[in-house]
Amino acid sequence: MDSAMTTNTLKLPEKATKKRDWIETVFHLLFLGCAMVGVLSVATIAWFVFHEGLPAFQQAGISEIIFGREWLPPALFGIAPMIVASLISTLGAVIIGVPIAILTAVFLAELAPKWLANLVRPAVELLAGIPSVVYGFFGLVIIVPMIEVLFHIPAGNTILAGIIVLAIMILPTVITISETSLRALPSTYKEAALALGASHIYSIFRVLIPAARSGIYTGISLGVARAIGETMAIIMVMGNAPAMPGSLLEPARTLTANIAMEMSYATGIHASALYSTGIVLLVFIVLLNASLLYLNHKRSH
Amino acid sequence: MNKLTINNLDLFYGENHALKDISLNIPNRKVTALIGPSGCGKSTLLRTLNRMNDLVENVKITGDVHFDGEDIYQQSDVKALRKRVGMVFQKANPFPMSIFENVAFGLKAQGVKSTEEIKAVVEESLRSAALWDEVKDRLDSDAFGLSGGQQQRLCIARAIAMEPEVILMDEPTSALDPIATHKIEELMDELRKKFTIVIVTHSMNQAKRIADKTAFFWMGELVEHGETDQIFNNPIDTRTQGYVSGEFG
Amino acid sequence: MLNRTQQDKVLLGAIWASASITILFLLWVMWHILSNGLSHVSWEFITGAYTRIGEASGIWAMIVSTVYMVGLSLSIAAPIGIMTAIYLTEYAKPGSKIVKVIRFCTESLAGIPSIVYGLFGMTFFVTTLGLGFSILAGSLTLSMLILPVIIRTTEEALMAVPISYREGGYALGATKIYTIWRLILPSAMPGIITSIILSIGRVIGESAPVFLTAGMVTQIPESVLESGRTLTVHLYKLTQELFTQSEWDQAYATATILIVLVLALNLATKIITNRYNKVSH
Repeated sequence: MDSAMTTNTLKLPEKATKKRDWIETVFHLLFLGCAMVGVLSVATIAWFVFHEGLPAFQQAGISEIIFGREWLPPALFGIAPMIVASLISTLGAVIIGVPIAILTAVFLAELAPKWLANLVRPAVELLAGIPSVVYGFFGLVIIVPMIEVLFHIPAGNTILAGIIVLAIMILPTVITISETSLRALPSTYKEAALALGASHIYSIFRVLIPAARSGIYTGISLGVARAIGETMAIIMVMGNAPAMPGSLLEPARTLTANIAMEMSYATGIHASALYSTGIVLLVFIVLLNASLLYLNHKRSH
Repeated sequence: MNKLTINNLDLFYGENHALKDISLNIPNRKVTALIGPSGCGKSTLLRTLNRMNDLVENVKITGDVHFDGEDIYQQSDVKALRKRVGMVFQKANPFPMSIFENVAFGLKAQGVKSTEEIKAVVEESLRSAALWDEVKDRLDSDAFGLSGGQQQRLCIARAIAMEPEVILMDEPTSALDPIATHKIEELMDELRKKFTIVIVTHSMNQAKRIADKTAFFWMGELVEHGETDQIFNNPIDTRTQGYVSGEFG
Repeated sequence: MLNRTQQDKVLLGAIWASASITILFLLWVMWHILSNGLSHVSWEFITGAYTRIGEASGIWAMIVSTVYMVGLSLSIAAPIGIMTAIYLTEYAKPGSKIVKVIRFCTESLAGIPSIVYGLFGMTFFVTTLGLGFSILAGSLTLSMLILPVIIRTTEEALMAVPISYREGGYALGATKIYTIWRLILPSAMPGIITSIILSIGRVIGESAPVFLTAGMVTQIPESVLESGRTLTVHLYKLTQELFTQSEWDQAYATATILIVLVLALNLATKIITNRYNKVSH
């Protein structure tokens, strides 16, 4: 074997090192350029939203917009009812949806027989992928009439309908992420608790859920983001009246719905006011992420 | 005749002084074993010889390494260097492709186009790595289907295909069973006729069996080096004595 | 007060009740739509034309618009997203300032509600750039929306490629770009394909940013500069006017098609991940 190796001098094509280095540099710059697209996109969106939204704040006044209760473009641009509607519907969805979701996650991670978990898990993932208009449609044909019957009201397009639809919609997000973080816990946690004579249920609630807290917080915050940002399903079931709702059984218009319903024909200061609505929505998202950071930060100390 | 000459080499990982003033000659077409307890710097030294340490952040190297009289750290073409200095890793790392494609990878990366030429080199490399007879009927099957020992010989074949002058081996048998280890050691005995081999090993018996020269490292220092017989039978330094007699390490 | 055992029983009951509610709603949503919709899905419905007056109710134009939207959004976002992920995992120094900026920006993109994309897309692409309500304006908007999904999933796939492959490649003297192209990308391919399927789902599912940028014309768009109505927007418009039985049937059938599409995408992801796991273990 040995003489063959020395005589077979393989002719490697002579590629000048310089050319190769040049190609490397070109690709490096190409990849960097692509990475900048995301940065540029955020910058452009931020600039546009604020540039377009500020005139309304300047002309109508910040407090008149945020605390104003009348939305009568092009005269009055009070979005307080929309802020209230967005907050109430999201809060309601969280109060109903989050406990159910976390307990379902516990069920899948700890209690369900394997065959059942393997059946439910993909179904929950499927539920996460279903378009929001389909949920809105379901809400419109099932939830809305049900509310009409149950509460004897003429129109079931109410905040309550929105809350129920949103609660269903945030289930998959919260379930999937909570379950993943519960499963990621080292089995020693549970073993240690059980070895101390704690019951399975007790160790779940006292050891596992607290240990998986940060993942559960993330799941909840994604659920909240989905609820507060949801547009179409809400438009389809909540009635969209831009007035301050007096109860859960009245129609209301969320911030997102306000934008979606009027953007296609708004001009001038009216369009700017819709951008202001978008700014308020973004502020809520920022606050949400900040509180998630705070919660997870507090935990690590 | 020395293939590689290491002069006053110091290496830092950030603050950590990992190699301290190493000077060592690696003779041509011989097997040189680097031994010593874990963390002594033997693998780090191996990785300076083909500049694999370039991939690590915050590495600072002073001193020089001459390869056929040329300072490898003055040379800008690392790829050309790595073509001449092949490497086999601790854990066999076949690529997720067929056996044939694994061996052909380096050639194709160099821009070799001729199918005939590639086929010839693949066959020859697999023969040199004593793997040909075992795989010639399934060259197109997935490399992960091979046993651990076969995978490691495939990685050796992959290195040989580049016709390197030096082959660096970083504990190549540490993940293998005794039979597979024996096969690789036999193979190395063949390979030394053609290649300069530098092997890092934690097994003193392996060093005794296969190495012509042995160098003992201790906490980043090169304590002692020389003929393998001398290092194991008449060590000069007490630390070498302690290590080869199995007192510590 | 309840003692420990009683408390355990209450909590256990709550867990079972919650799981049952989840499963019940899940089955309810699916069953309600599929049972009312499947019988109205016909070849004619899928491939037929649509007129507003109601003599033709096919959704072919919406399917074509949806396909255009998916194809165009992905051909914009996928290359950019994949190359961004390559930059982040293979080129940038981990933890460096530029990585932090890029990460922050992609995370922000992921956090922006889709309606704000619609708002922006309408002002920027439709009006400022003068693209009008068009498939192109819609796709540009949606490509920004799916960019973070592609970046993050591709990054995870690239990071899962063992370091030993990179070392092996470089040790053979291969260039960085060759190693990436021939070794790292093929190894990460299942993950990258998953990220693309996820994005397809996102594009199909979006509606608010779509009708604000691509409009809702029910004709087959002849070029990307024409408006088109996607399936989700179509379902929304149908639900605005549910008067006749035929309109109900159309809405259920369209919702059924959407669910079947999502089901198919989920199955595709499962098949890819299963096959990949089999190969690597």
